[in-house]
Amino acid sequence: MITKFKNIKGGVTLPHKKDTSEIPTEILPIPKLVEIPMQQHIGAPCEVLVSKGDYVCVGQILGDTSKFVSAPIHSSVSGIVTQIKDVILYNGSKSISIVIETDGKQTVSPNISKPDISTKENFLKAVRNSGLTGLGGAGFPAHVKLDTKDRTPDALIINAVECEPYITCDYRAIIEEGSEIVKGVRLLLDKLAIPKAYIAVEDNKPSAFNLIKKLTEEDSRIEAVMLNTRYPQGAEKMLIYALTGKEVPMNGLPIDVGVVVMNVTSVLTLFKYCETGMPLVSRRITVEGKGVEKKGNFHVVLGTYIKDIFEYCIGDIQKTLKVLCGGPMMGVTAENYETPVIKQNNAFLFMTQEDLDFIEESACIRCGRCIDACPMGLMPLTLNRYALAKMTEEMEKHHIMNCIECGACSYVCPAKRHLVQSFRVGKDTLKKAKVKNG
Amino acid sequence: MDKLIVASSPHIKDKTTTSKIMLDVIIALMPTAILSVYYFSYVSALIIVTSVSSCVIFEYLFNLLSKKKHTETDLSCVVTGLILALNMPPLKSSIILSVIGAFVAIVIIKMLFGGIGQNIFNPAAAARLFLTASFSSLMTVYIAPLSDGITTATPLAIAKAEELPSYLDMFLGNTAGSLGETAAVTLLAGGIYLIVRRVISWEIPVTYIGSVALLSFLFGQDPLFSVLAGGLMIGAIYMATDYTTSPMTQKGKFIFAAGLGIMTASIRKFGSSTEGVAYSLLFMNALVPLIDRFTTVKTFGRNKKK
Repeated sequence: MITKFKNIKGGVTLPHKKDTSEIPTEILPIPKLVEIPMQQHIGAPCEVLVSKGDYVCVGQILGDTSKFVSAPIHSSVSGIVTQIKDVILYNGSKSISIVIETDGKQTVSPNISKPDISTKENFLKAVRNSGLTGLGGAGFPAHVKLDTKDRTPDALIINAVECEPYITCDYRAIIEEGSEIVKGVRLLLDKLAIPKAYIAVEDNKPSAFNLIKKLTEEDSRIEAVMLNTRYPQGAEKMLIYALTGKEVPMNGLPIDVGVVVMNVTSVLTLFKYCETGMPLVSRRITVEGKGVEKKGNFHVVLGTYIKDIFEYCIGDIQKTLKVLCGGPMMGVTAENYETPVIKQNNAFLFMTQEDLDFIEESACIRCGRCIDACPMGLMPLTLNRYALAKMTEEMEKHHIMNCIECGACSYVCPAKRHLVQSFRVGKDTLKKAKVKNG
Repeated sequence: MDKLIVASSPHIKDKTTTSKIMLDVIIALMPTAILSVYYFSYVSALIIVTSVSSCVIFEYLFNLLSKKKHTETDLSCVVTGLILALNMPPLKSSIILSVIGAFVAIVIIKMLFGGIGQNIFNPAAAARLFLTASFSSLMTVYIAPLSDGITTATPLAIAKAEELPSYLDMFLGNTAGSLGETAAVTLLAGGIYLIVRRVISWEIPVTYIGSVALLSFLFGQDPLFSVLAGGLMIGAIYMATDYTTSPMTQKGKFIFAAGLGIMTASIRKFGSSTEGVAYSLLFMNALVPLIDRFTTVKTFGRNKKK
């Protein structure tokens, strides 16, 4: 199964800047107010199940839907629902948010109990009930990913690559809760009848690799794999290719090449849910950047406003120019400090002038560096031209939809062209054109 | 600041810029330029200074008059000027001709086609051919190095009749020829520098020089002589690798360079022109869009699913 390719196609070498990796995770105090959006995942939004004035407990369901591709959303605090309002999320989509004034008691909901995971069906149901979505940043509901229908995967790949600069939350999870992660991997193998698991770590995190290796020594089913450090190896399709040499087909799923990939923090969260019944209500988040004095990883309850984290980490509001939700390569900028933490946020980077070197776009010199950097085998410079000219047919012919928006092309471009930005717009143009033409 | 910057990812960029790449090419060409001053004294220095400054001035004036954004600071015009100078014969007349060459290269071949990244033909190669066609008596007279102006024939011109210069002299550039095309040693050193700095990739120079060597061997000529003679080194390392006028993909680069090799060797064997490298470059430049069209890279995950 594993051919030990250990390399992706293309890609770039980035500065690691993982300065927070050796700082133990701290617990952020429960804020006075939390805001919980009803859309924190890829798929259908949740419907609100509470009303204004209700008293809610930790782990209580706030929103759910009958749609398959979705995940329920739970209250991360105990307190009173003070507001249910329309919001625009940081990714630009419209949603409904539940604002809760916390009482600081963190009373646990009486409905919390260890889930029944006796059969595969019950296990998958439990995964859905845990509210788990891809915690590596994608936010795809975990039960959808794990439900491979009648196909049993040959291998489970645990993604501990964490290839973006700055972010160390997965690394800290391994160091601090490594044995729980390994137990979680075993649980997944047992419940889904998968014969083998590979835990993939890049070679810039040797202590995480050695720890996993030590913890899995006895278990022949689980293997720790060390990969060369290369961005974007943490992207699902890239990781599968690096490990197996197989290409997930266009518009296909990992199961098409016989694997299922899961983020390491997702595994940990799932294991904790199966042990205690406490759904996904908090997570580990990396806080970094020159805009804050206190850096490191923090356990944060979902719905915490960025401003609470910013204040706790002694942020300089004058110096901070840009707040990134996620890493510097794929992260989305927050519009303001009143943005709440959602499930898929793995880092907040408070960037100052020093971190941002904005250079104006100049003409493409056709050097071809973007072609060499593209892990998806696209021709970014050509696509850029088509996207800017809104040439939908050409965009489709050159597979613009295959772009994973990793940013490798924009990173290497000596003319500093806004390649990925143009592809986002181009994809949108193409989608709209397709809808229009039926 | 309460207002935060909202922008599209990625939020960090590599330090390489267009001007840094061009600066690397200038650095790589410096040893050759200095050597040419040693061999041909002040005439060489004057040609280089005139050619480079006219290229910069023409680009500046073009941008000024057409009210376009100024692009001189990307240094690509300096590279063009330098390569053009190194393609000139070491005569005093070349000082004037290099101004005309700079006009052709920058204004006609580069800027009128849309500037950097848009031109179809290599500016320096096109300018050299223009000058050779228009002022052939001034462009094909060569003087011996360190000789204070004694005219002589280039190795390629003597190849059929007389005794050839030694390999060592050809390697060190101690033969007649244009300013920079003769010294293989400095051109190669610069080429290695560019490959190490990842400014150019090895595919084009290696394939081009290799195919010329192979074909001349098949034609019954001395392959080492063919490689060292004429403008092959400067053409293969510095002109054929011009990003704008060469293919983008690895496969395309192989095809492009092999085509150059075949053309150059054939012109030298069967043709009467001495401009093998420059003509091959222009011809293959014209084919680049076609090569690019047929050598696209394979998209990840394609052909796996019916």
